[in-house]
Amino acid sequence: MAYTAGVDVGSTQTKAVIIDEARSIVSRALIDTGANVVAAAEYAYLEALQNSGLMEEQIEYVVGTGYGRYRVTFGNTQVTEISCHGRGAVHLFPETRTVLDMGGQDTKAIRVSPAGEILDFCMNDKCAAGTGRFLGAAAAALEIPLGELGATALQAQKPVRISTTCTVFAESEVLSWLGKGKAIEEILLGVHQSIGSRSIGLLRRVGIEEQLTFTGGVARNLGMVQVLNESLGLQVNVSEDSHFMGAIGAALFALDFVLGSRVPLRAREAVA
Amino acid sequence: MSYTAGLDVGSTYTKAIILAEGNQIVGRGMVNTGFKLDQAARRAFELALQEAALAPEQLDYVVGTGYGRYQVPFRDVNVTDLTSAAHGARFFYPETRTVLDIGGQTMKAMRLDEQARVQSFRLNDKCAAGTGAFLEKTARYMGYGTEEIGPLVLTSKEPVTISGVCAVFAESEVINHLSQGSAPADIMHGAMASLVDRSVQLMKRVRVEPQVTLAGGILRFDTMAAVVREKLEMEVNLPPGELVQFVGAIGAARLGYRRLEKIRAAAAAGVRGG
Repeated sequence: MAYTAGVDVGSTQTKAVIIDEARSIVSRALIDTGANVVAAAEYAYLEALQNSGLMEEQIEYVVGTGYGRYRVTFGNTQVTEISCHGRGAVHLFPETRTVLDMGGQDTKAIRVSPAGEILDFCMNDKCAAGTGRFLGAAAAALEIPLGELGATALQAQKPVRISTTCTVFAESEVLSWLGKGKAIEEILLGVHQSIGSRSIGLLRRVGIEEQLTFTGGVARNLGMVQVLNESLGLQVNVSEDSHFMGAIGAALFALDFVLGSRVPLRAREAVA
Repeated sequence: MSYTAGLDVGSTYTKAIILAEGNQIVGRGMVNTGFKLDQAARRAFELALQEAALAPEQLDYVVGTGYGRYQVPFRDVNVTDLTSAAHGARFFYPETRTVLDIGGQTMKAMRLDEQARVQSFRLNDKCAAGTGAFLEKTARYMGYGTEEIGPLVLTSKEPVTISGVCAVFAESEVINHLSQGSAPADIMHGAMASLVDRSVQLMKRVRVEPQVTLAGGILRFDTMAAVVREKLEMEVNLPPGELVQFVGAIGAARLGYRRLEKIRAAAAAGVRGG
Protein backbone atom coordinates (compact mmCIF):
# COMPACT_ATOMS: atom_id res chain seq x y z
CA MET A 1 0.00 0.00 0.00
CA ALA A 2 1.37 3.42 -0.95
CA TYR A 3 0.84 6.35 1.36
CA THR A 4 1.45 10.02 0.64
CA ALA A 5 1.21 13.20 2.68
CA GLY A 6 0.31 16.82 2.09
CA VAL A 7 1.50 19.57 4.43
CA ASP A 8 -0.22 22.96 4.11
CA VAL A 9 1.70 25.67 5.96
CA GLY A 10 -0.75 28.54 6.27
CA SER A 11 -0.19 31.97 7.78
CA THR A 12 -2.20 31.04 10.85
CA GLN A 13 -2.41 27.25 11.00
CA THR A 14 -0.44 24.35 9.57
CA LYS A 15 -2.33 21.29 8.38
CA ALA A 16 -1.03 17.82 7.48
CA VAL A 17 -2.99 14.99 5.87
CA ILE A 18 -1.96 11.42 5.01
CA ILE A 19 -3.87 9.49 2.33
CA ASP A 20 -3.66 5.95 1.02
CA GLU A 21 -3.60 4.63 -2.53
CA ALA A 22 -7.40 4.57 -2.63
CA ARG A 23 -7.31 8.37 -2.02
CA SER A 24 -8.95 7.95 1.39
CA ILE A 25 -7.81 10.12 4.27
CA VAL A 26 -5.88 8.07 6.81
CA SER A 27 -5.10 10.84 9.28
CA ARG A 28 -5.05 14.58 9.86
CA ALA A 29 -3.21 17.03 12.10
CA LEU A 30 -3.71 20.73 12.73
CA ILE A 31 -1.44 23.06 14.70
CA ASP A 32 -0.85 26.81 15.00
CA THR A 33 1.91 27.98 12.68
CA GLY A 34 3.51 30.46 15.08
CA ALA A 35 6.86 32.08 14.39
CA ASN A 36 8.88 28.95 13.62
CA VAL A 37 7.49 27.84 10.28
CA VAL A 38 9.94 24.98 9.74
CA ALA A 39 9.12 23.44 13.12
CA ALA A 40 5.37 23.91 12.55
CA ALA A 41 5.57 21.91 9.31
CA GLU A 42 7.53 19.17 11.04
CA TYR A 43 5.23 18.94 14.06
CA ALA A 44 2.10 18.82 11.95
CA TYR A 45 3.59 16.05 9.81
CA LEU A 46 4.76 14.05 12.81
CA GLU A 47 1.39 14.41 14.49
CA ALA A 48 -0.37 13.16 11.35
CA LEU A 49 2.03 10.21 11.26
CA GLN A 50 1.31 9.44 14.88
CA ASN A 51 -2.44 9.62 14.29
CA SER A 52 -2.12 7.23 11.34
CA GLY A 53 -0.01 4.63 13.14
CA LEU A 54 2.28 4.55 10.10
CA MET A 55 6.08 4.70 10.07
CA GLU A 56 7.81 7.62 8.39
CA GLU A 57 9.38 5.34 5.78
CA GLN A 58 5.95 4.15 4.70
CA ILE A 59 5.15 7.63 3.34
CA GLU A 60 6.35 7.59 -0.23
CA TYR A 61 5.96 11.21 -1.13
CA VAL A 62 5.34 14.49 0.71
CA VAL A 63 4.09 17.64 -1.00
CA GLY A 64 4.29 21.02 0.72
CA THR A 65 1.80 23.78 0.01
CA GLY A 66 0.61 27.07 1.49
CA TYR A 67 2.60 30.25 1.96
CA GLY A 68 5.28 28.38 3.92
CA ARG A 69 5.58 25.47 1.46
CA TYR A 70 9.30 26.06 0.87
CA ARG A 71 9.87 25.62 4.60
CA VAL A 72 8.63 22.02 4.48
CA THR A 73 12.23 20.85 4.55
CA PHE A 74 11.35 17.13 4.46
CA GLY A 75 8.97 17.51 1.49
CA ASN A 76 9.76 16.08 -1.93
CA THR A 77 8.28 18.99 -3.82
CA GLN A 78 5.88 21.93 -3.56
CA VAL A 79 2.61 22.75 -5.26
CA THR A 80 0.85 26.14 -4.94
CA GLU A 81 -2.11 26.29 -2.59
CA ILE A 82 -4.32 27.42 -5.47
CA SER A 83 -3.74 24.13 -7.29
CA CYS A 84 -4.13 22.18 -4.06
CA HIS A 85 -7.41 23.79 -3.04
CA GLY A 86 -8.80 23.26 -6.53
CA ARG A 87 -7.71 19.66 -6.52
CA GLY A 88 -8.99 18.93 -3.02
CA ALA A 89 -12.36 20.59 -3.67
CA VAL A 90 -12.96 18.65 -6.90
CA HIS A 91 -11.93 15.43 -5.16
CA LEU A 92 -14.48 15.86 -2.35
CA PHE A 93 -17.17 17.52 -4.50
CA PRO A 94 -16.68 16.35 -8.10
CA GLU A 95 -19.21 18.89 -9.45
CA THR A 96 -17.11 21.80 -8.17
CA ARG A 97 -16.41 24.50 -10.77
CA THR A 98 -15.64 27.41 -8.46
CA VAL A 99 -13.70 27.40 -5.19
CA LEU A 100 -13.65 30.09 -2.54
CA ASP A 101 -10.76 29.62 -0.14
CA MET A 102 -10.81 31.88 2.88
CA GLY A 103 -7.77 31.65 5.09
CA GLY A 104 -6.27 33.63 7.93
CA GLN A 105 -4.49 36.19 5.76
CA ASP A 106 -5.84 35.81 2.27
CA THR A 107 -8.92 34.98 0.26
CA LYS A 108 -8.85 33.29 -3.15
CA ALA A 109 -11.48 32.72 -5.79
CA ILE A 110 -10.58 29.87 -8.13
CA ARG A 111 -12.36 28.52 -11.21
CA VAL A 112 -11.59 24.90 -12.03
CA SER A 113 -12.23 22.51 -14.92
CA PRO A 114 -14.13 19.24 -14.36
CA ALA A 115 -10.70 17.59 -14.11
CA GLY A 116 -9.71 19.93 -11.30
CA GLU A 117 -7.28 22.01 -13.39
CA ILE A 118 -7.08 25.71 -12.58
CA LEU A 119 -8.78 27.86 -15.24
CA ASP A 120 -8.58 31.23 -13.50
CA PHE A 121 -8.04 32.65 -10.06
CA CYS A 122 -8.08 35.92 -8.23
CA MET A 123 -6.75 36.64 -4.80
CA ASN A 124 -6.71 39.19 -2.09
CA ASP A 125 -3.48 38.90 -0.15
CA LYS A 126 -2.43 42.54 0.03
CA CYS A 127 -5.06 43.73 2.43
CA ALA A 128 -6.56 42.15 5.52
CA ALA A 129 -10.11 43.28 4.66
CA GLY A 130 -12.15 40.30 3.49
CA THR A 131 -9.88 37.72 5.08
CA GLY A 132 -10.05 35.69 8.27
CA ARG A 133 -8.05 38.45 9.95
CA PHE A 134 -11.03 40.76 9.68
CA LEU A 135 -13.08 38.25 11.70
CA GLY A 136 -10.17 37.87 14.11
CA ALA A 137 -10.09 41.62 14.70
CA ALA A 138 -13.83 41.74 15.33
CA ALA A 139 -13.60 38.75 17.66
CA ALA A 140 -10.85 40.48 19.63
CA ALA A 141 -12.73 43.78 19.79
CA LEU A 142 -15.91 42.06 20.99
CA GLU A 143 -14.06 39.55 23.19
CA ILE A 144 -15.69 36.49 21.63
CA PRO A 145 -13.77 33.28 20.84
CA LEU A 146 -13.24 32.76 17.09
CA GLY A 147 -15.12 29.48 17.17
CA GLU A 148 -18.29 31.15 18.45
CA LEU A 149 -18.38 34.04 15.96
CA GLY A 150 -20.60 32.42 13.36
CA ALA A 151 -23.17 31.02 15.76
CA THR A 152 -23.38 34.37 17.57
CA ALA A 153 -23.87 36.28 14.33
CA LEU A 154 -26.70 33.98 13.29
CA GLN A 155 -28.73 35.04 16.33
CA ALA A 156 -29.13 38.54 14.91
CA GLN A 157 -32.36 39.69 13.30
CA LYS A 158 -30.94 42.74 11.57
CA PRO A 159 -27.29 43.37 10.78
CA VAL A 160 -25.45 46.59 11.46
CA ARG A 161 -23.94 47.96 8.26
CA ILE A 162 -20.15 48.03 8.59
CA SER A 163 -19.04 50.89 6.35
CA THR A 164 -15.27 50.80 6.73
CA THR A 165 -13.11 48.74 4.43
CA CYS A 166 -9.90 48.54 6.40
CA THR A 167 -9.64 46.03 9.23
CA VAL A 168 -7.94 48.63 11.42
CA PHE A 169 -10.80 51.10 11.00
CA ALA A 170 -13.38 48.32 11.39
CA GLU A 171 -12.09 47.66 14.90
CA SER A 172 -12.98 51.19 15.92
CA GLU A 173 -16.25 51.03 14.01
CA VAL A 174 -17.20 47.87 15.91
CA LEU A 175 -16.47 49.62 19.20
CA SER A 176 -18.43 52.70 18.20
CA TRP A 177 -21.47 50.55 17.34
CA LEU A 178 -21.14 48.93 20.76
CA GLY A 179 -21.00 52.42 22.25
CA LYS A 180 -24.22 53.29 20.41
CA GLY A 181 -25.89 50.31 22.09
CA LYS A 182 -26.08 47.86 19.18
CA ALA A 183 -26.22 44.17 20.11
CA ILE A 184 -23.05 42.13 19.64
CA GLU A 185 -24.80 39.65 17.34
CA GLU A 186 -26.05 42.44 15.05
CA ILE A 187 -22.56 43.91 14.77
CA LEU A 188 -21.11 40.48 14.09
CA LEU A 189 -23.62 39.71 11.37
CA GLY A 190 -22.61 43.01 9.76
CA VAL A 191 -18.96 41.98 9.94
CA HIS A 192 -19.75 38.66 8.25
CA GLN A 193 -21.72 40.42 5.52
CA SER A 194 -18.88 42.84 4.91
CA ILE A 195 -16.42 39.98 4.38
CA GLY A 196 -19.02 38.09 2.35
CA SER A 197 -19.52 40.96 -0.07
CA ARG A 198 -15.77 41.39 -0.56
CA SER A 199 -15.33 37.71 -1.37
CA ILE A 200 -18.29 37.75 -3.74
CA GLY A 201 -16.57 40.62 -5.57
CA LEU A 202 -13.51 38.41 -5.89
CA LEU A 203 -15.64 35.47 -7.09
CA ARG A 204 -17.34 37.60 -9.76
CA ARG A 205 -13.94 38.44 -11.19
CA VAL A 206 -13.28 34.79 -12.00
CA GLY A 207 -16.94 34.07 -12.80
CA ILE A 208 -19.23 32.08 -10.52
CA GLU A 209 -20.17 28.69 -11.92
CA GLU A 210 -21.96 26.04 -9.88
CA GLN A 211 -21.14 24.16 -7.82
CA LEU A 212 -19.22 26.39 -5.52
CA THR A 213 -17.09 24.79 -2.83
CA PHE A 214 -16.05 26.86 0.17
CA THR A 215 -12.67 25.89 1.67
CA GLY A 216 -10.17 27.17 4.20
CA GLY A 217 -10.40 27.78 7.92
CA VAL A 218 -13.20 30.34 7.66
CA ALA A 219 -15.44 27.75 5.93
CA ARG A 220 -15.94 26.18 9.35
CA ASN A 221 -17.75 29.34 10.38
CA LEU A 222 -21.49 28.63 9.97
CA GLY A 223 -22.35 32.32 9.90
CA MET A 224 -20.05 32.88 6.94
CA VAL A 225 -21.57 29.88 5.12
CA GLN A 226 -25.09 31.21 5.61
CA VAL A 227 -24.17 34.76 4.55
CA LEU A 228 -22.62 33.38 1.34
CA ASN A 229 -25.61 31.13 0.63
CA GLU A 230 -28.04 34.00 1.07
CA SER A 231 -26.04 36.57 -0.88
CA LEU A 232 -25.24 34.21 -3.75
CA GLY A 233 -28.64 32.51 -3.80
CA LEU A 234 -27.13 29.04 -3.89
CA GLN A 235 -25.95 26.30 -1.56
CA VAL A 236 -22.19 26.22 -1.23
CA ASN A 237 -20.46 22.89 -0.60
CA VAL A 238 -18.73 22.73 2.73
CA SER A 239 -16.82 19.69 3.89
CA GLU A 240 -16.05 18.73 7.47
CA ASP A 241 -12.48 18.81 6.19
CA SER A 242 -12.76 22.27 4.60
CA HIS A 243 -9.72 23.59 6.44
CA PHE A 244 -7.69 20.54 5.34
CA MET A 245 -8.54 21.05 1.67
CA GLY A 246 -5.11 22.38 0.71
CA ALA A 247 -3.34 19.54 2.49
CA ILE A 248 -5.70 16.98 0.91
CA GLY A 249 -4.98 18.42 -2.54
CA ALA A 250 -1.24 18.31 -1.81
CA ALA A 251 -1.46 14.64 -0.74
CA LEU A 252 -3.44 13.85 -3.92
CA PHE A 253 -0.75 15.49 -6.05
CA ALA A 254 1.84 13.46 -4.13
CA LEU A 255 -0.04 10.28 -5.00
CA ASP A 256 -0.12 11.28 -8.69
CA PHE A 257 3.63 11.71 -8.58
CA VAL A 258 4.08 8.28 -6.98
CA LEU A 259 1.76 6.60 -9.46
CA GLY A 260 3.52 8.37 -12.32
CA SER A 261 0.34 9.93 -13.66
CA ARG A 262 1.89 13.35 -13.21
CA VAL A 263 5.43 14.71 -13.02
CA PRO A 264 6.23 17.33 -10.41
CA LEU A 265 7.39 20.71 -11.70
CA ARG A 266 10.28 20.94 -9.33
CA ALA A 267 11.00 17.46 -8.10
CA ARG A 268 13.53 17.18 -5.36
CA GLU A 269 15.52 14.03 -4.86
CA ALA A 270 13.00 11.43 -3.73
CA VAL A 271 13.35 10.14 -0.21
CA ALA A 272 15.02 6.75 -0.42
CA MET B 1 -12.18 92.87 19.48
CA SER B 2 -13.76 89.99 17.58
CA TYR B 3 -13.14 86.37 18.44
CA THR B 4 -13.76 83.39 16.21
CA ALA B 5 -13.33 79.70 16.97
CA GLY B 6 -12.52 76.70 14.83
CA LEU B 7 -13.37 73.18 15.98
CA ASP B 8 -11.75 70.33 14.13
CA VAL B 9 -13.35 67.02 15.15
CA GLY B 10 -10.93 64.43 13.80
CA SER B 11 -11.10 60.66 14.01
CA THR B 12 -8.51 60.54 16.78
CA TYR B 13 -8.24 64.03 18.30
CA THR B 14 -10.57 67.00 18.51
CA LYS B 15 -8.86 70.38 18.29
CA ALA B 16 -10.21 73.84 19.13
CA ILE B 17 -8.64 77.21 18.31
CA ILE B 18 -9.72 80.73 19.20
CA LEU B 19 -8.44 83.59 17.06
CA ALA B 20 -8.53 87.29 17.92
CA GLU B 21 -9.18 89.48 14.87
CA GLY B 22 -8.64 86.46 12.67
CA ASN B 23 -4.89 86.54 13.03
CA GLN B 24 -3.79 85.93 16.59
CA ILE B 25 -4.09 82.61 18.40
CA VAL B 26 -5.40 83.33 21.91
CA GLY B 27 -6.60 79.88 22.96
CA ARG B 28 -6.36 76.26 22.02
CA GLY B 29 -7.57 72.94 23.35
CA MET B 30 -7.20 69.33 22.35
CA VAL B 31 -8.89 66.16 23.61
CA ASN B 32 -9.23 62.54 22.47
CA THR B 33 -12.26 62.26 20.23
CA GLY B 34 -13.55 58.93 21.52
CA PHE B 35 -17.05 57.91 20.51
CA LYS B 36 -19.05 60.87 21.80
CA LEU B 37 -18.17 63.52 19.25
CA ASP B 38 -20.38 66.30 20.62
CA GLN B 39 -18.83 65.95 24.07
CA ALA B 40 -15.32 65.94 22.63
CA ALA B 41 -16.11 69.15 20.73
CA ARG B 42 -17.46 70.81 23.86
CA ARG B 43 -14.49 69.81 26.01
CA ALA B 44 -11.93 70.99 23.46
CA PHE B 45 -13.84 74.27 23.12
CA GLU B 46 -13.92 74.75 26.91
CA LEU B 47 -10.15 74.23 27.12
CA ALA B 48 -9.58 76.85 24.43
CA LEU B 49 -11.97 79.28 26.17
CA GLN B 50 -10.11 78.78 29.45
CA GLU B 51 -6.76 79.52 27.84
CA ALA B 52 -8.15 82.61 26.16
CA ALA B 53 -9.96 83.64 29.38
CA LEU B 54 -13.17 84.16 27.44
CA ALA B 55 -16.79 83.24 28.02
CA PRO B 56 -18.65 81.35 25.28
CA GLU B 57 -20.90 84.34 24.58
CA GLN B 58 -17.85 86.47 23.72
CA LEU B 59 -17.26 84.35 20.64
CA ASP B 60 -18.60 85.98 17.49
CA TYR B 61 -18.48 82.99 15.22
CA VAL B 62 -17.81 79.23 15.58
CA VAL B 63 -16.90 77.02 12.64
CA GLY B 64 -16.84 73.22 12.73
CA THR B 65 -14.66 71.03 10.52
CA GLY B 66 -13.28 67.49 10.39
CA TYR B 67 -15.14 64.24 9.98
CA GLY B 68 -17.28 64.90 13.05
CA ARG B 69 -18.17 68.50 12.15
CA TYR B 70 -21.90 67.82 12.08
CA GLN B 71 -21.70 66.82 15.74
CA VAL B 72 -20.58 70.26 16.94
CA PRO B 73 -23.88 71.45 18.41
CA PHE B 74 -22.79 75.06 19.03
CA ARG B 75 -21.32 75.80 15.61
CA ASP B 76 -22.57 78.60 13.37
CA VAL B 77 -21.47 76.86 10.19
CA ASN B 78 -19.24 74.04 9.07
CA VAL B 79 -16.67 73.61 6.31
CA THR B 80 -14.98 70.55 4.84
CA ASP B 81 -11.58 69.44 6.14
CA LEU B 82 -10.07 70.32 2.77
CA THR B 83 -11.13 73.96 2.92
CA SER B 84 -10.07 74.38 6.51
CA ALA B 85 -6.67 72.73 5.94
CA ALA B 86 -6.11 74.96 2.91
CA HIS B 87 -6.84 78.14 4.87
CA GLY B 88 -4.91 76.91 7.89
CA ALA B 89 -1.85 76.28 5.73
CA ARG B 90 -2.17 79.79 4.24
CA PHE B 91 -2.34 81.25 7.76
CA PHE B 92 1.23 80.10 8.36
CA TYR B 93 2.59 80.18 4.81
CA PRO B 94 0.74 82.56 2.47
CA GLU B 95 2.62 81.18 -0.54
CA THR B 96 1.23 77.65 -0.04
CA ARG B 97 0.07 75.93 -3.23
CA THR B 98 0.12 72.30 -2.12
CA VAL B 99 -1.00 70.87 1.22
CA LEU B 100 -0.34 67.39 2.58
CA ASP B 101 -2.48 66.63 5.61
CA ILE B 102 -2.00 63.29 7.40
CA GLY B 103 -4.32 62.49 10.26
CA GLY B 104 -5.12 59.44 12.32
CA GLN B 105 -7.43 57.85 9.75
CA THR B 106 -7.02 59.86 6.55
CA MET B 107 -4.39 61.24 4.25
CA LYS B 108 -5.16 64.19 1.98
CA ALA B 109 -3.19 65.91 -0.72
CA MET B 110 -4.52 69.07 -2.37
CA ARG B 111 -3.42 71.76 -4.77
CA LEU B 112 -4.67 75.32 -4.26
CA ASP B 113 -5.07 78.38 -6.43
CA GLU B 114 -4.09 81.91 -5.38
CA GLN B 115 -7.29 82.40 -3.38
CA ALA B 116 -6.71 79.12 -1.47
CA ARG B 117 -9.48 77.43 -3.44
CA VAL B 118 -8.93 73.70 -3.81
CA GLN B 119 -8.07 72.94 -7.46
CA SER B 120 -7.44 69.25 -7.14
CA PHE B 121 -7.35 66.78 -4.29
CA ARG B 122 -6.81 63.12 -3.53
CA LEU B 123 -7.86 61.29 -0.38
CA ASN B 124 -6.98 58.04 1.24
CA ASP B 125 -9.51 57.23 3.89
CA LYS B 126 -10.23 53.58 3.04
CA CYS B 127 -6.99 51.95 4.13
CA ALA B 128 -5.04 52.40 7.35
CA ALA B 129 -1.72 51.81 5.59
CA GLY B 130 -1.70 55.42 4.38
CA THR B 131 -2.60 57.05 7.67
CA GLY B 132 -1.39 57.69 11.17
CA ALA B 133 -3.03 54.45 12.25
CA PHE B 134 -0.26 52.62 10.38
CA LEU B 135 2.41 54.25 12.56
CA GLU B 136 0.36 53.70 15.71
CA LYS B 137 -0.14 50.01 14.90
CA THR B 138 3.53 49.51 14.07
CA ALA B 139 4.52 51.14 17.36
CA ARG B 140 1.99 49.07 19.28
CA TYR B 141 3.24 45.77 17.78
CA MET B 142 6.63 46.62 19.29
CA GLY B 143 5.22 47.73 22.63
CA TYR B 144 5.51 51.51 22.15
CA GLY B 145 2.81 54.13 22.65
CA THR B 146 1.92 56.80 20.12
CA GLU B 147 3.81 59.58 21.88
CA GLU B 148 7.00 57.49 21.92
CA ILE B 149 7.13 57.35 18.10
CA GLY B 150 8.91 60.70 17.64
CA PRO B 151 11.71 60.17 20.20
CA LEU B 152 12.15 56.55 19.07
CA VAL B 153 12.76 57.40 15.41
CA LEU B 154 15.29 60.08 16.39
CA THR B 155 17.59 57.25 17.52
CA SER B 156 17.32 55.37 14.22
CA LYS B 157 20.48 54.88 12.18
CA GLU B 158 18.96 53.50 9.00
CA PRO B 159 15.36 52.66 8.11
CA VAL B 160 14.42 49.00 7.60
CA THR B 161 12.32 48.43 4.46
CA ILE B 162 8.67 47.99 5.43
CA SER B 163 6.27 47.12 2.61
CA GLY B 164 3.48 49.27 4.06
CA VAL B 165 0.77 47.52 2.08
CA CYS B 166 -1.53 46.64 4.96
CA ALA B 167 -1.42 47.85 8.57
CA VAL B 168 -2.68 44.47 9.76
CA PHE B 169 -0.15 42.41 7.84
CA ALA B 170 2.58 44.78 9.00
CA GLU B 171 2.40 42.95 12.32
CA SER B 172 4.02 39.80 10.92
CA GLU B 173 6.53 41.93 9.01
CA VAL B 174 7.48 43.80 12.19
CA ILE B 175 7.82 40.56 14.16
CA ASN B 176 10.02 39.11 11.40
CA HIS B 177 12.32 42.15 11.49
CA LEU B 178 12.49 42.08 15.29
CA SER B 179 13.38 38.38 15.28
CA GLN B 180 16.11 39.09 12.73
CA GLY B 181 17.59 41.57 15.17
CA SER B 182 16.50 44.89 13.64
CA ALA B 183 16.22 47.78 16.10
CA PRO B 184 12.68 49.02 16.86
CA ALA B 185 13.83 52.56 15.98
CA ASP B 186 14.89 51.44 12.50
CA ILE B 187 11.63 49.55 11.98
CA MET B 188 9.63 52.61 13.05
CA HIS B 189 11.70 54.76 10.72
CA GLY B 190 10.97 52.27 7.91
CA ALA B 191 7.24 52.49 8.64
CA MET B 192 7.44 56.30 8.35
CA ALA B 193 9.31 56.00 5.06
CA SER B 194 6.66 53.68 3.63
CA LEU B 195 3.88 56.01 4.80
CA VAL B 196 5.65 58.95 3.17
CA ASP B 197 6.08 56.95 -0.05
CA ARG B 198 2.32 56.64 -0.16
CA SER B 199 1.80 60.33 0.50
CA VAL B 200 4.26 61.31 -2.24
CA GLN B 201 2.24 59.19 -4.68
CA LEU B 202 -0.93 60.94 -3.56
CA MET B 203 0.72 64.37 -3.96
CA LYS B 204 2.01 63.57 -7.44
CA ARG B 205 -1.54 62.81 -8.48
CA VAL B 206 -2.65 66.36 -7.61
CA ARG B 207 0.49 67.80 -9.29
CA VAL B 208 2.76 69.31 -6.66
CA GLU B 209 3.43 73.04 -6.91
CA PRO B 210 5.60 74.99 -4.47
CA GLN B 211 5.24 75.92 -1.76
CA VAL B 212 4.29 72.70 -0.03
CA THR B 213 2.90 72.93 3.51
CA LEU B 214 2.45 69.94 5.81
CA ALA B 215 -0.37 69.55 8.30
CA GLY B 216 -1.93 66.95 10.57
CA GLY B 217 -1.15 65.20 13.81
CA ILE B 218 1.37 62.77 12.33
CA LEU B 219 3.65 65.63 11.36
CA ARG B 220 4.27 66.38 15.03
CA PHE B 221 6.63 63.41 15.11
CA ASP B 222 10.20 64.53 14.56
CA THR B 223 11.74 63.11 11.40
CA MET B 224 8.42 62.98 9.47
CA ALA B 225 9.00 66.31 7.73
CA ALA B 226 12.61 65.38 6.99
CA VAL B 227 11.48 62.12 5.39
CA VAL B 228 8.90 64.02 3.29
CA ARG B 229 11.58 66.50 2.14
CA GLU B 230 13.89 63.66 1.20
CA LYS B 231 11.28 61.61 -0.69
CA LEU B 232 9.68 64.59 -2.41
CA GLU B 233 13.06 66.14 -3.19
CA MET B 234 11.59 69.52 -2.38
CA GLU B 235 11.61 72.01 0.47
CA VAL B 236 8.45 71.81 2.58
CA ASN B 237 6.92 74.13 5.20
CA LEU B 238 6.21 72.75 8.64
CA PRO B 239 4.02 74.84 10.95
CA PRO B 240 5.82 75.38 14.26
CA GLY B 241 5.67 72.80 17.06
CA GLU B 242 2.34 71.37 18.09
CA LEU B 243 0.49 73.88 15.94
CA VAL B 244 0.89 71.51 12.99
CA GLN B 245 -1.90 69.52 14.59
CA PHE B 246 -4.16 72.60 14.73
CA VAL B 247 -3.92 73.64 11.08
CA GLY B 248 -7.50 72.54 10.32
CA ALA B 249 -8.91 74.27 13.40
CA ILE B 250 -6.98 77.45 12.62
CA GLY B 251 -8.26 77.39 9.04
CA ALA B 252 -11.82 77.00 10.33
CA ALA B 253 -11.42 79.94 12.74
CA ARG B 254 -9.96 82.07 9.92
CA LEU B 255 -12.90 81.26 7.68
CA GLY B 256 -15.16 82.21 10.58
CA TYR B 257 -13.46 85.62 10.79
CA ARG B 258 -13.83 86.18 7.08
CA ARG B 259 -17.51 85.28 7.28
CA LEU B 260 -17.92 87.69 10.17
CA GLU B 261 -16.33 90.51 8.17
CA LYS B 262 -18.77 89.91 5.34
CA ILE B 263 -21.76 89.85 7.68
CA ARG B 264 -20.61 93.09 9.30
CA ALA B 265 -19.94 94.74 5.96
CA ALA B 266 -23.40 93.73 4.76
CA ALA B 267 -24.97 95.02 7.99
CA ALA B 268 -23.06 98.29 7.74
CA ALA B 269 -24.14 98.70 4.12
CA GLY B 270 -27.69 97.89 5.21
CA VAL B 271 -27.59 100.55 7.93
CA ARG B 272 -26.14 103.16 5.55
CA GLY B 273 -28.63 102.17 2.90
CA GLY B 274 -31.53 102.42 5.41
